[in-house]
Amino acid sequence: MNKAFRSLVTLVAFIVAGIVLAQNVTLEFAQWWEPELPAGEFRALMDEFEAQNPGISVELISGPYSTTRDQIVAGAATGTMADVVGLDGAWVNDFVRQGSLASLTALMGDAGYDDSELAAQIQLGGSTYMIPVVNFVYPVFVNEDLLEQAGVDAPPSTRSEFAAVAATLTDPGNNVYGWVLPLSMELPNGIQNDVMSWLWASGGSMMADGQPNLVGNADVISVVEFIKGLYDDGVIAPGVFSMREPDKVEEFVNGRVGMMVGSLAWLNLIRDRNPDLNFAITALPAADDYMGPRGLPYASWGIGVAENSEHQAEAWKLVEFLMSSEYNSKLSSIANAFPGNVTSTPDFVETDQLFADAFNVFQQGYLANEFVGLPVAENLMRLFDEQFQLYLDGDLSVDELLANAQEAWLENF
Amino acid sequence: MQKSRVSTGLKRPGRHRLMKGLVPYLYLSPTLVLLAVLSLIPIATVFTYSLLDNVIITRDAPTFVGISNYLDIISKSHFRQALQNTLVFAIASVIAHFILGLSFALLLNTNLIGANAKALFRVIYILPWVFTASIIAILWRLLLNPNGVVNYLLISVGLANEPIEWLSSRQLALQSVTFINIWAGYPFYMVSFLAGLQGIPTSLYEAAKIDGANGVQLFRYITLPQLKPIITSLAMLDFIWTTHQFTLIWMTTGGGPIRSSEVLSTYTYKTAFSAFQFSQASTIAMIILALTTFVAIFYVRNQRMAAE
Repeated sequence: MNKAFRSLVTLVAFIVAGIVLAQNVTLEFAQWWEPELPAGEFRALMDEFEAQNPGISVELISGPYSTTRDQIVAGAATGTMADVVGLDGAWVNDFVRQGSLASLTALMGDAGYDDSELAAQIQLGGSTYMIPVVNFVYPVFVNEDLLEQAGVDAPPSTRSEFAAVAATLTDPGNNVYGWVLPLSMELPNGIQNDVMSWLWASGGSMMADGQPNLVGNADVISVVEFIKGLYDDGVIAPGVFSMREPDKVEEFVNGRVGMMVGSLAWLNLIRDRNPDLNFAITALPAADDYMGPRGLPYASWGIGVAENSEHQAEAWKLVEFLMSSEYNSKLSSIANAFPGNVTSTPDFVETDQLFADAFNVFQQGYLANEFVGLPVAENLMRLFDEQFQLYLDGDLSVDELLANAQEAWLENF
Repeated sequence: MQKSRVSTGLKRPGRHRLMKGLVPYLYLSPTLVLLAVLSLIPIATVFTYSLLDNVIITRDAPTFVGISNYLDIISKSHFRQALQNTLVFAIASVIAHFILGLSFALLLNTNLIGANAKALFRVIYILPWVFTASIIAILWRLLLNPNGVVNYLLISVGLANEPIEWLSSRQLALQSVTFINIWAGYPFYMVSFLAGLQGIPTSLYEAAKIDGANGVQLFRYITLPQLKPIITSLAMLDFIWTTHQFTLIWMTTGGGPIRSSEVLSTYTYKTAFSAFQFSQASTIAMIILALTTFVAIFYVRNQRMAAE
C-alpha cells in the first residue's frame, strides 16, 4: 500500500513537472543594450516582465554592438536567430530582405495592440519590422571653457558661425582644435552622424523617390564643401581617417576639441571621465539662410521578433512590455535616451539641465536619419566614406565625389 | 555435418578479414568525423556558395552562376589592391619576423650574459606574444594616436615637427600595421630559433673553430644549415597565419584610409557582413584558401623531405 502510494505520488509529480515545463517558455533576447546600461538594471526590467508573465522567462544574450550585429547576421543566415532581437534601423532592410524578421504589424493585430502610442515604426512594404524602443539624438556638444577662453559668447547656430568659432578655438600649438570628425572605415557611422547630419539639420535630403540623389544636389554639395573648408583650414582634430566614435568622445573629454556632434548616450560617460569638464548641448547649426525646423540625427535601440521564433506571441508580449508607458519611461531613464512611447516621460528631463536642453533641441526639431531602412546602410556609409576621404585629400572634385558615391550606392538599390 | 563444417570454415575467414580491414578505419573515425565537421563540410559549403548567387541573404532560391563570381572578383580593383596589400603585409612580416626572431634568439643563446639577465630578457622579448590581437591593436592605437606617446617622443627629440598620422595617412597606414604585426609576431620565431640553437651540438662549432672558422663562417656554415628545417617551417606557417590576419588590421585602420591597408581578410569581412554579398565573400575566401593551400603544399613537401 505504502509502495503503491509512493508510486502514485511520483507519477503525479512527473505529470505536474511535465505540465510546468511544457508551459514554461524561454525567450532569447539578443541585444547590445545590457552592457551599455548600469549593471543589473536591464536584468531587473526583465525580472519584472517575468513576474508579470508567469511561464515566460527571458534569457539575455548580451554583447557589444558590433558583436551583436554579427551574431544576428549569422543567426539570420542559419535560421537560429534569437526570439527577440535588438535592432539598429540601418540593419532592418537587409534582415527583411533575408526574411528573418517577423512582421510586427501581424503580431500587433493578433494581440489587438493599439499602436497609437508608438513614436515611430520602421516599415517596409507596408509592414512594421522594427519599433524604436528608445532614441539617442545627436546634438552638438560644446566645451564652454574653451569657448570662454577664446572670447566666444554663445554656441554657433549657423554653419558660418560654426566655422568662425572652430577657427577661433583652434590652437595646434596647444593641441586644441575646433571640431572632430571620425571617418574610420571600421565603423563608418561618422558619415551618418557627423557628415549627413549637417544636411538633415538644414532640411536637406540625400534621397529622391527612394533612390540616391547625390549628383547635382545643392544641399549635399554645400555640406561636403563646408566640411572640406573646415578640413582645409586645419580646424578639425588630426587622425580623421582612422578615428572612430569612441576616439571622438575621448578627444572631447580631454578638452582637445571645442565642439563635437555626439550622441546623448555619451553624456554620462563624459561626466564620469572628466567631471570638471564644463560643456553645453546645442542644436546642430543649419545653413545660413535656412529658417525651417532642424532635422536631428538619431540612433535607436530598436526591437524586432525573429521569423524563426517558435514563440512569437510571447515575444510580442516582451515588446509590448518594453513599449508600455511605464517601462518605456524606466528604460529611457536608465539609458538617458528619449522614449519610443509618446506618453512616456524620462525622469532625467526634470532633474538634469543638460538633458533638459537636449530635450528642448529634440522638441524643436524632428528626428532625421535617412540611412534607416536603406539596404546595406552601413555599406552605403562606407562607400561614401571612401569617396569622401579622397575628396578631403584633394584627389577628387566635389562632382566626382558625388558621382562616384551615387554610382556605388545605386549598385545596392 | 561435413558440409556444415566446410561452410562455417569458409565464412569465418571472410568475416575476420572484413573486421580486420575495418579496424583501422574505426580507429580513424573520430578524426575523420572531426575533419569532416570542422574542415570538409565548411569548405564544401563555402565552395558551393562561391558558385551561386543570392545565397543566405534573400528568400529567393540561389542561382548557379558557375565561375562568374571568380571572374567578377578578380576584375575588381578593390580585390587586386587587397591582394597586393596582403602580399606586402605578409612578406614584409615574415622577413622581419625572421631577422628579429633570429637576432634575439642569438642574443639569448650567447654565453656573454649571465643566466639571470638571460631570463629577464627572455621575459621582455616574449611579452608581445602574450597579448591578444585585440589588446595589441588597442595598445598601438593609443601609442600611434596623433596625440600618442610615439609622436610625443619624436617631437620631443626633434625628429618630427608636427604629429604624424601613422594610422590615418594613406602613405603610412599599411606600413604602420605591418610594423605592429612584426612587433606582435617575432617572439614566436625567437622561441623556436632559441630551441633550435640549443639543439645544435657544440662539437660542430668546436670542430669548425679548430679548422679556423670565424664567427661569420660559423653562423653561415653551421648555425643556418642546422636551423634550416625550422626556418622553412616557420616561414611557411607564418606566411599562412599573416595572410589570415584580421583583428589587428580591422581594429587599427579598418582597412583604410580609403583602401590603403585593405587586406583580403578585411575585404572578405566587409563583403560578407557589410555588403551582405555572401557569394562574393565565399569566392574571396576560396581564393585565399587556394593561395594558402599552395604554400601548405610546399610546407608538407618540405616536412616530408626533412623526415626522409
